[in-house]
Amino acid sequence: MKIKYLKLDKAEGPLIIMDEVPDAIYGEIVDIEVSGNEHRTGQVIQIDKNKVIIQVFQGSSGISLDEVAVSFSGKPMQIPLSHEILGRVFNGMGKPIDGAGEIYAHQDYNINGRPMNPVARLYPRNYIQTGISTIDGLMTLIRGQKLPIFSGDGLPHNQLAAQIVRQARISEEEAGNFAIVFAALGIKHDEADFFAKAFEEAGVMDWVTMFLNLADDPVMERIITPRCALTAAEYLAFECGREVLVIMTDMTSYCEALREISSAREEVPSRKGYPGYLYSDLASLYERAGMLKNTKGSITQIAILTMPNDDITHPIPDLTGYITEGQIVLDRSLYQLGIYPPINILPSLSRLMKDGIGKEFTREDHPDLANQVFSSYSKVQEIRALAQIIGEDELSEIDRKYMEFGRQLEEKFAKQDFEEYRDLNQTLDTMWKLMEILPEEELTRIDPVLLKKYLRK
Amino acid sequence: MDGKGKVIYINGPVVKAEHMVDFKVREMVMVGEKKLIGEVISLEEEIGTIQVYEDTTGLRIAEEVYSTGKPLSLRLGPGIIGNIFDGIERPLSKIYAGGGQFIPEGIGLISLDEEKLWNTEITVKKGDLLKSGDVFAHIQETSMIIHKAMVPPGIKGKVIRVVDNGYYTIRDTILILLDEEGNNYELKLAQEWPVRQPRPVRQRMPLEKLLITGQRVIDTFFPLAKGGTAAIPGGFGTGKTITQHQLAKWSDADLIVYIGCGERGNEMTEVLEDFPKLKDPNTGNPLLDRTVLIANTSNMPVAAREASIYTGITIAEYFRDMGYNVALMADSTSRWAEALREISGRLEEMPAEEGYPAYLASRLAAFYERAGYCKNLNGTEGSISIIGAVSPAGGDFSEPVTKYTKRIVGTFLALDRELAHARHFPSINWLLSYSNYISILSDWFSDKVASDLMEIRSKMMGILQEENKLMDIVKLVGEDVLPDDQRIILEIARIIKVGYLQQNAFHPQDLYTILPNQYSMLKVIDKLYDRAYACIKEGIPLSQVKEEKLFSDISLMKYQISEEKPELFQELIERINGYYDSLENRYKEGSTDED
Ligand SMILES: Nc1ncnc2c1ncn2[C@@H]1O[C@H](COP(=O)(O)OP(=O)(O)O)[C@@H](O)[C@H]1O
Ligand SMILES: [Mg+2]
Repeated sequence: MKIKYLKLDKAEGPLIIMDEVPDAIYGEIVDIEVSGNEHRTGQVIQIDKNKVIIQVFQGSSGISLDEVAVSFSGKPMQIPLSHEILGRVFNGMGKPIDGAGEIYAHQDYNINGRPMNPVARLYPRNYIQTGISTIDGLMTLIRGQKLPIFSGDGLPHNQLAAQIVRQARISEEEAGNFAIVFAALGIKHDEADFFAKAFEEAGVMDWVTMFLNLADDPVMERIITPRCALTAAEYLAFECGREVLVIMTDMTSYCEALREISSAREEVPSRKGYPGYLYSDLASLYERAGMLKNTKGSITQIAILTMPNDDITHPIPDLTGYITEGQIVLDRSLYQLGIYPPINILPSLSRLMKDGIGKEFTREDHPDLANQVFSSYSKVQEIRALAQIIGEDELSEIDRKYMEFGRQLEEKFAKQDFEEYRDLNQTLDTMWKLMEILPEEELTRIDPVLLKKYLRK
Repeated sequence: MDGKGKVIYINGPVVKAEHMVDFKVREMVMVGEKKLIGEVISLEEEIGTIQVYEDTTGLRIAEEVYSTGKPLSLRLGPGIIGNIFDGIERPLSKIYAGGGQFIPEGIGLISLDEEKLWNTEITVKKGDLLKSGDVFAHIQETSMIIHKAMVPPGIKGKVIRVVDNGYYTIRDTILILLDEEGNNYELKLAQEWPVRQPRPVRQRMPLEKLLITGQRVIDTFFPLAKGGTAAIPGGFGTGKTITQHQLAKWSDADLIVYIGCGERGNEMTEVLEDFPKLKDPNTGNPLLDRTVLIANTSNMPVAAREASIYTGITIAEYFRDMGYNVALMADSTSRWAEALREISGRLEEMPAEEGYPAYLASRLAAFYERAGYCKNLNGTEGSISIIGAVSPAGGDFSEPVTKYTKRIVGTFLALDRELAHARHFPSINWLLSYSNYISILSDWFSDKVASDLMEIRSKMMGILQEENKLMDIVKLVGEDVLPDDQRIILEIARIIKVGYLQQNAFHPQDLYTILPNQYSMLKVIDKLYDRAYACIKEGIPLSQVKEEKLFSDISLMKYQISEEKPELFQELIERINGYYDSLENRYKEGSTDED
């Protein structure tokens, strides 16, 4: 056992500072024994000669400068992983909390992971049918993609995520070879319970691994939680060959924890007090989605974040959108109109869709048709703005058709029951039905050959 | 401690070490037991500050820092093309082949393949006098590039020994030069060059050639020049990467250097999967045979992100020196600037705007300055065009990186979130974008395409600007209220937007348009406008003038023109003339009838 240090120099917020540590290792994990019985975990985040700055995941409150014993592990944060993690519940630091005992594993895994070599990646091309029209038709989810949900307080992002979990059909032969890793980041107990219940109802509980850092758990542990979850996901995907879906919610709480550490360290902030490295830090999580060549398994990531003040330009959604492969944006006004799922079509995007839909994947008409819906619906927004001013009656005939198109798109296509599963063909056919409302000359995004083949058929 | 430092401070990528008196600023060093690669960024007394290009987790206080005696440099020689490197030229395929699905630390300094034998044709003989830049050997490196081994800058002399044609590795000595002072130089197929130092040229030349991209909105509206600079700013999802990929695929450069700087891993993978399958439109060879990839994805170490830009531009300069036209894409320069910011913050430098260091503007300028059309030391001409993506925080173009970049570059392609939401791609906003190269390229356009091309372009821009003004009214009162001579402007503007400016990167017919077709398309639209407008002026109502089928066929002509098809455009022109001739006649008859 290594030596224990019995004195701190300073303890403040999430940090403790120690002098006279001659051989600390950057990034190593330390155990902090407080008042002889309680153990906390910290990580070395800066070394200056003999002075060491440690970030304490449970915070420094209650720590006194001389009633502690700090021992350095010499190792980065690791968790044991084996097949047994399926069906289990862990806390935000990766410790089992379901009373079913420790995980016995041959190996401990460094939770920080390592960057995937771009040469080793396999470009994701296979779509996941979620049974939700808006998503399948307009922002198709691809296996191995990172596609977050940009939401707001009180919007039904949890329901949407739960519906995706329940309905996602990867493909028949792969059923039974999937897994779900769920990371709760500062969400409330009832939200976590909602997910647990949703997994149960979907009959997938035995294939779910949960890491829970709830609203009343230590805030700094939130920095560890997604890393534990993604390490578990990498294990399940690339060592066990499973198709893994990772749900992380709420990334906003994660970022706030990061901001807290940064300001405790008195770092120069960039926008809204968030550290300049927020982008790189988020990327170190989001980029852990994907697939590998010559290796079974995949990690599909659905991160949920609540946009502060519904502002998509806030650094959290902004930097997320710069990293992830698209975004599903939820909209408060649609929700208030009673539309579930309240997906705001225009700012939503699936970047991997372009290579995962069309002739060899979904249907030949899919790409053009989706393009046309986006284009026409954006026209609807313009015309609605005009109608606000001059009144709907004053609109030209064609503009009124657009108004009708917008209404029907929202009512017949976007709006869908929480329990309702729509097949992709049904979704695409509905889109063609909507196209019938508009004059044919307006459909400039669709190849004339396809128009002839599919319109009014 | 002879030439060895001792680590005393670790904060992410920034490490300090003592006993560094023998080290130099900008020297490349190896840090700790794992021999992490780093670079000395400052020295004060005997303490050196080092930026480390690999993850420092696991580094311990008092570990040693080893000198390499040289600045951060690249190995430049055959084996670069078709390859993918990390930010400091370590070959990612080789790391993968060695089992690196995930990139470990401490892989050391590896770069080009030292074992590979290259079929070398010697182009000099014993007794020849060679100076810096002179070519002494040719290697067919890929189907598209002849690699020319050159005398490194700063060296000249007489060939006193040279090997015969044959197969050689980059470690073999190819020839020996003796200079006037009696020094011997052993030259090999590869040379080294420090990344932060621009390679010398004989002379910079004026820009006068178009960099053809096949992208209509770029080539004819906001053109790039060979040797010029361009920026593509835009919020997330507005199309920066797709535009860069389009340029990498279809521009008529000889060589592409594509730097994935702090962006997605899958986007690099996509290039690696697609480019070998795509054929260069001019030669039919696979596009990867003229492409070099540098990847520092967003989750790779941030210090190497800062270096990746220099690695890319140095490779570009090396091929320019051979007489090639190189186009360099950096996606995204904002991530590079953020890497500067992060390192600067850890160095506790005084921040200027938004936490960026005060030297941001000068670093940006120095980078873009390495573009240019040049007469090389060996007398050949070559160029580097730089196209940098910019990712403004919150999509706001007033932030520092966009602002400073805008001051420097010649072409500014402003991507627009609204257009992207409406899936108008490329979402290049025609009112906010500009190209400073239009006037210097006008001779080129006249010679190579048509003398009236730029004139038609101005006319089309005029229509778009007029439309923009009219739309302010339309937004308040609707389109119907406008008189027909204004509504026709809206209709023609719609055709320009849908039928010309929009270009679908994934549609096999639309992804690339050759210049003669770009011109013909504009001619068709121009003809339609002239004839339709004249009819309106005659008092013929818009409902008659706007022949739906004709208008829609013109909007869709882009889907039928992957090759040169003069007859298609001729046919459209005839249809336009036919329709409006008869419309005018009918109307004249009609009005005489009424008389
Ligand atoms: N020229 C284009 N043609 C068709 N689609 C495009 C084009 N440019 C962009 N897109 C669409 O926009 C999406 C985002 O583009 P991308 O270049 O990845 O954005 P950025 O790099 O600015 O975040 C792409 O996934 C694609 O669907
Ligand atoms: Mg991009």
